[in-house]
Amino acid sequence: MSMSPKEYDTLTKKASPNSPWLKNLLWAFFVGGAICTLGQVLTNLYLFLDIPKEIATSMTSVSLIFLSALLTGLDLYDTIAQHAGAGTLVPITGFANAVVSPALEFKAEGLILGLGAKMFVIAGPVLVYGVSASIIYGILAFLFGWY
Amino acid sequence: MDYLKAFLIGGIICAIGQILIDKTKLTPARILVSFVVAGVVLTAFGVYGPLVEWAGAGASVPIVGFGYLLADGAIKAIQEIGLFGALTGGVKAASAGIAASIFFAFIIALIFKPKDKS
Amino acid sequence: MAKRLGRYTLALENPVHIAGYAAVGSKMERDGPLGDRFDILNDDSYFGQKTWEKAESIMQKQACQRALDKAKMKEEDIDYIFAGDLLNQCISSSFSIRDLGIPFFGLYGACSTMSESLSLAAMTLEGHMADRCIASTSSHFCTAERQFRFPLEYGGQRPPSSTWTATAAGAVVLDNDPDSVKTSIKALTAGRIIDLGVTDQNNMGAAMAPAAADTIAHFLTDTSVKLSDIDGIFTGDLGTVGSELLYELLDRENIDIRSKHQDCGLLLYDRDKQDVHAGGSGCGCSASVLCSYLLPELEKGSMHNILFIATGALLSTTSVQQNESIPGIAHLVQLCKETKGE
Repeated sequence: MSMSPKEYDTLTKKASPNSPWLKNLLWAFFVGGAICTLGQVLTNLYLFLDIPKEIATSMTSVSLIFLSALLTGLDLYDTIAQHAGAGTLVPITGFANAVVSPALEFKAEGLILGLGAKMFVIAGPVLVYGVSASIIYGILAFLFGWY
Repeated sequence: MDYLKAFLIGGIICAIGQILIDKTKLTPARILVSFVVAGVVLTAFGVYGPLVEWAGAGASVPIVGFGYLLADGAIKAIQEIGLFGALTGGVKAASAGIAASIFFAFIIALIFKPKDKS
Repeated sequence: MAKRLGRYTLALENPVHIAGYAAVGSKMERDGPLGDRFDILNDDSYFGQKTWEKAESIMQKQACQRALDKAKMKEEDIDYIFAGDLLNQCISSSFSIRDLGIPFFGLYGACSTMSESLSLAAMTLEGHMADRCIASTSSHFCTAERQFRFPLEYGGQRPPSSTWTATAAGAVVLDNDPDSVKTSIKALTAGRIIDLGVTDQNNMGAAMAPAAADTIAHFLTDTSVKLSDIDGIFTGDLGTVGSELLYELLDRENIDIRSKHQDCGLLLYDRDKQDVHAGGSGCGCSASVLCSYLLPELEKGSMHNILFIATGALLSTTSVQQNESIPGIAHLVQLCKETKGE
């Protein structure tokens, strides 16, 4: 072909449809906002039941994780996510979906090496980098007395 | 008012994620990792703590809040037990979320079967 | 004996005929424009099996068996089967063929497998190294998703340039019976690997279009066949983005195929009604369009002379993660149905 990769890249960009970014943005904003509002409703409910604040926040996360896991099992979470994009990816529910979906998918390869081993193929990096970053921050904070 | 703040801040954080998906070459996995690390960094600079105070679930439910939880937990543990707390504090603070994810994923995966898309 | 034309094309002189063919699909394929033309459709994409991989191999087996029935042949009559698919180590093909007892050559050409297997079968038959062969392939949305992308229930957004892997299989029985009056393979152009540096695995059409353009241009130069003599040019799985790029690339060679060209990925699904983004893809896409639409139309006589060019993106999950670009390939097969008296 008488064309350089660079020239072809320009051609490809022109031919490829752009993501409908404004529509995606609105979907992400409203769905993401709604999930967080639901989180606030749950927190207020737990606070109303005289649960201490720290535990109420934890219970909110756990409740949202359960809801997300259930919707994933019922084949609904990915349907919403097809429209909501980052609106369902960024909240803690997206993390739960990323843990549940490979566990479900790879059950076909067995309970140990499938479900068990593959559970964190997608969400694993979040733990690796999140935990490592917090430890590094903790050590620095200790050394420089930022606490 | 609580709800409006949660909706706005939560929505904005997700919208930033969507812009990153559509306008950069970042894959969803990279965005999640950046967000959680951003949560740790913003907490270190003392930005995210006040945001969680103000926006409640709007700041704690997005994955950035998970980074905040890890970083905040590390600091609190250091205050209590010293350097060793850097290791134990983060995961301890985030333990409910991590354990719940593992356990619910296990149960759900046992019960359900993946379905075809159409 | 076959004659080489130019550097890339082989003109077959001894007859190679299509004796039978069959297409198998699932629900999305039933709902598409070619839905009522498939031989077997099963709305349960598990095909009664426990895993998607088993489902895919059953699908390909059904295609082979139905094609044999239609050719009025049995497994024992077949000398060789050329088959491949998208899965690691081509398990769909080998597992579907293991019970058939036919000598088997496993191929990997990604989505170009149908024209690759047809080419190799045709060469073998033309040279009288065999008398009857099968060329077959399959793909399954769910096996491809879990191997190449994400778990089915993972909430990811597919970008508009992405394609939808067909849950479909196609099988063609070929023979070299000199008295047959069925559709024949006249020529084939083997594809080179062309890589213009596309790295986006959600834009396979763009990765494969240069290979398709390269092969089409070679065929036309090598054979001196005029575009006006051809009733249709059918590429496999370029989708909307790849088709557009194919036209642009061929424009530079002063070849305009717009009025003759259709893409199998756009024939299999209705993009207005079905959420397949840029079109269909997967080995089974072009294979099932060939077996449900192109070959029947040739038999009916509504077309006489067509080019079938299945295109493949030769990537793996490893190469994608290592940021390698995506090599494309396209093999061309010229299919003709002669009318009586010629």
